[in-house]
Amino acid sequence: MTFGVIFTALMALLLLGYYIGKKRSIRLSDKSNQRLHSLPQHYGYLIAFWSSAPALLILLFWSVLESSVINSAIIAQLPVQFQQSSADEVELFINEIINLSHSGVTISDEVKRHAVFYYNELIEFSNWVKSLIVFVLAFMGMFIALAFVKPEMKARNLVERLIRWSMIGCALIAVLTTVGIIFSVIFESIIFFKTVNVFDFLFGAHWSPQEAIREDQVGGSGSFGALPLFVGTLLISFVALMIAVPLGLMSAIYLSEYSSPRFRLFAKPVLEMLAGIPTVVYGFFAAITVAPFIRDLGESLGLSLSSESALAAGIVMGVMIIPFVSSLSDDVISAVPQALRDGSYAMGATKSETIKQVIIPAALPGIVSGVLLAASRAIGETMIVVMAAGLSANLTFNPLEAVTTVTVQMVALLTGDQEFDSTKTLAAFALGLGLFLTTLVLNIISLYVVRKYQEQYD
Amino acid sequence: MISNTKKIKNKLAKRYAKEKRFQIYGLSAIAVSIAFLLSLLINISTTGFPAFQQTYINIDVNIDSKLLNLVDKYNEKALFSANYRKVVNQSLKTLFPGVKGRKQKKALRQLVSKSARYQLRDLVINNPDIINTKQSLWFLARDDVDVFMKGGIDRSLPESDRRLKNFQLVWIDKLLAENRLEKRFNINFFTQGDSREPEQAGIKGAMIGSLLTMLVTMLLSFPIGVAAAIYLEEFAPKNNRWVDIIEININNLAAVPSIVFGLLGLAVFIGVFGVPRSIPLIGGLVLTLMTLPTIIISSRASLRAVSPSIREAALGLGASRVQTTFHHVVPAAMPGILTGTIIGMAQALGETAPLLMIGMVAFIADVPQGITDPSTVLPVQIYLWSDSPERAFTERTSAAIMVLLGFLIVMNLLAVIMRRKFEKKR
Repeated sequence: MTFGVIFTALMALLLLGYYIGKKRSIRLSDKSNQRLHSLPQHYGYLIAFWSSAPALLILLFWSVLESSVINSAIIAQLPVQFQQSSADEVELFINEIINLSHSGVTISDEVKRHAVFYYNELIEFSNWVKSLIVFVLAFMGMFIALAFVKPEMKARNLVERLIRWSMIGCALIAVLTTVGIIFSVIFESIIFFKTVNVFDFLFGAHWSPQEAIREDQVGGSGSFGALPLFVGTLLISFVALMIAVPLGLMSAIYLSEYSSPRFRLFAKPVLEMLAGIPTVVYGFFAAITVAPFIRDLGESLGLSLSSESALAAGIVMGVMIIPFVSSLSDDVISAVPQALRDGSYAMGATKSETIKQVIIPAALPGIVSGVLLAASRAIGETMIVVMAAGLSANLTFNPLEAVTTVTVQMVALLTGDQEFDSTKTLAAFALGLGLFLTTLVLNIISLYVVRKYQEQYD
Repeated sequence: MISNTKKIKNKLAKRYAKEKRFQIYGLSAIAVSIAFLLSLLINISTTGFPAFQQTYINIDVNIDSKLLNLVDKYNEKALFSANYRKVVNQSLKTLFPGVKGRKQKKALRQLVSKSARYQLRDLVINNPDIINTKQSLWFLARDDVDVFMKGGIDRSLPESDRRLKNFQLVWIDKLLAENRLEKRFNINFFTQGDSREPEQAGIKGAMIGSLLTMLVTMLLSFPIGVAAAIYLEEFAPKNNRWVDIIEININNLAAVPSIVFGLLGLAVFIGVFGVPRSIPLIGGLVLTLMTLPTIIISSRASLRAVSPSIREAALGLGASRVQTTFHHVVPAAMPGILTGTIIGMAQALGETAPLLMIGMVAFIADVPQGITDPSTVLPVQIYLWSDSPERAFTERTSAAIMVLLGFLIVMNLLAVIMRRKFEKKR
């Protein structure tokens, strides 16, 4: 039986368990003339839980572990020379066996035929044992739980405890995600830093991750100095912020201080649409339209521009993060109490003087925090730079030249087909660690700024 | 005294001018942003719109069994492997007699798409009686012809700079004069999977892939996110260190770059659990982790907005806290929760970077059948096509973007409508 069939059967058992539990509790209370402690459906929920949850857990576990156990069993019974070949070849062989067993073609090779036969046998056996264990567990759960059903049993409390624990489990998934991210990037990074010195990685000025395939190959030793990537990332993010901060801030000021409610109702959602457009669309627009436009513009001004200049990617990225700056600034500017404005007007200040000298200083922590969040967004942005910035790792602060960024290199390192533990793959994880830490620090600073410096007016 | 008033008056004009300028700066900031948005949308739709049409070529095909190399015309296996390419090429030769030279002959063959032979094959297998008859058939035109028909190739350019040479233009003019070229609605774009040939490439595979990925994402992230939000908002003890840690965590996760979630998927789901690459299941898992913070944060906000009097009334009537929450608070907060979920799903639908990390960038021509079939998704398809040099792919990329934006607009409208309805009720 396949996973789907067993799963459907378990769902049917769940419904059956609910029905039986409910009926049985009613019958018991009728017979003993005793009032039930809880509502009948609480007993039903309880039986339904015990008749499906443990079995489901085992089913999931089995299905996850099944393939790796079977694969190692097949490898173990192969002739010795096969077992000594490289991990790649063994994996290839296993894939071939699996494909052959599905296709049902007659096989001439003796070893393969044997392996396919063995594979089919194992799969069948595994399915058998899996179904047996799962259903035994399901029925056992149901009957044992049914035996516990008594009118004085506190079913509701038990059900509510179950609900509460499962909700805690869901909330913990967020924590597990963070732990997973930290562990996965740190583990791989530690292996990476065993082959590449940390300082060479952080401050090395030469990035060319191509590794030698043959021993005698020239110029492919692979050097991992990530400084050009960091500088490139900072350069593009800087250009983006130069666009996003003035535009976003001025839009927010106009929308919250000057505009009529009707204009605001129209303009605010339109501005926020900028944040809803997928980044791959911005990337395409940057590569096809903005970059050639800027290059032509530069040429007509007599500048020599690379067609993958940092400027084009930065400008488009800046437009993308305008809403982050504008909506956060809008919120904090609106939160400045009217009394401050009235006080300023009473002293004879014009509206713009009030904004510049009273409102902006009062809202500054919030605005800074919004800008920091936008910066963290720009540093982690991937698709725009992948499509519009290049792969050439130039160490330059000139926005007219092509630069590459951390995220571009991560994509370049990981989208090819390579072994999982090659230095190239590991380098991507080291870059990921840097990216994660940078954005984390920016977020923490932005929270801290608001907490520490924002005045409370209420 | 008078001079002071005068001074102030003079200064006042300057200050008012400044005021005016400041206001104009603000307005122009909004105008620039909106202008950029508009130019993006207009640019994409003008390049993408032609892709919804496709040029077809009409050819009189003489389905000669000798050319097909076919003896028994009712043997299905023989019908399947017969030489349809030769038949198509021969028909083109009869249409344009006297073509000389290897280069010109090759160009002639390339007027029609490679799919012509398969189209002919399916036709013959369905109805073997048409063998040894003459049929007038419409085939897909090659991408160069298609681009020309949509005005993408300028005749006035010197021949060496053109994708179509002079002799090819002569053929096309002849075809046009005989009404053998026609632009029709490009149904293939919506019914076919990816292809190396632009005229055959469609987005069905990517759309189904996106749908399956979104299905996995929704089935996982909605219940988990809502349950987590309910716990944190309604049940979690206040001022508890562990609860604080969970909350800070969720807020931080919301700002982690999406590409990092791809690394997590690569290291944990693929590296540790051995889930195969590039299937919707793993794409959905990664996107679930990415959208969870969005859903949790917005669900908490809408749970918080439910007035405490509802809780107090239910508790006062003797309901337990779980009953209060699930029978009264959650239903009241549901529109807000759903709005947040839809926005989270729209984000996930447009996401590309983490899916590149887990290998959803492979070229896959087949339409996926289930969540464990290799597949790609719409944004990744856009990324793949944008890399192709053919002009016809550029317009298809824009068309795919239009489809993606269409889905996103529908989802966001749904969220807006829901929010409006919710606000009216309260």
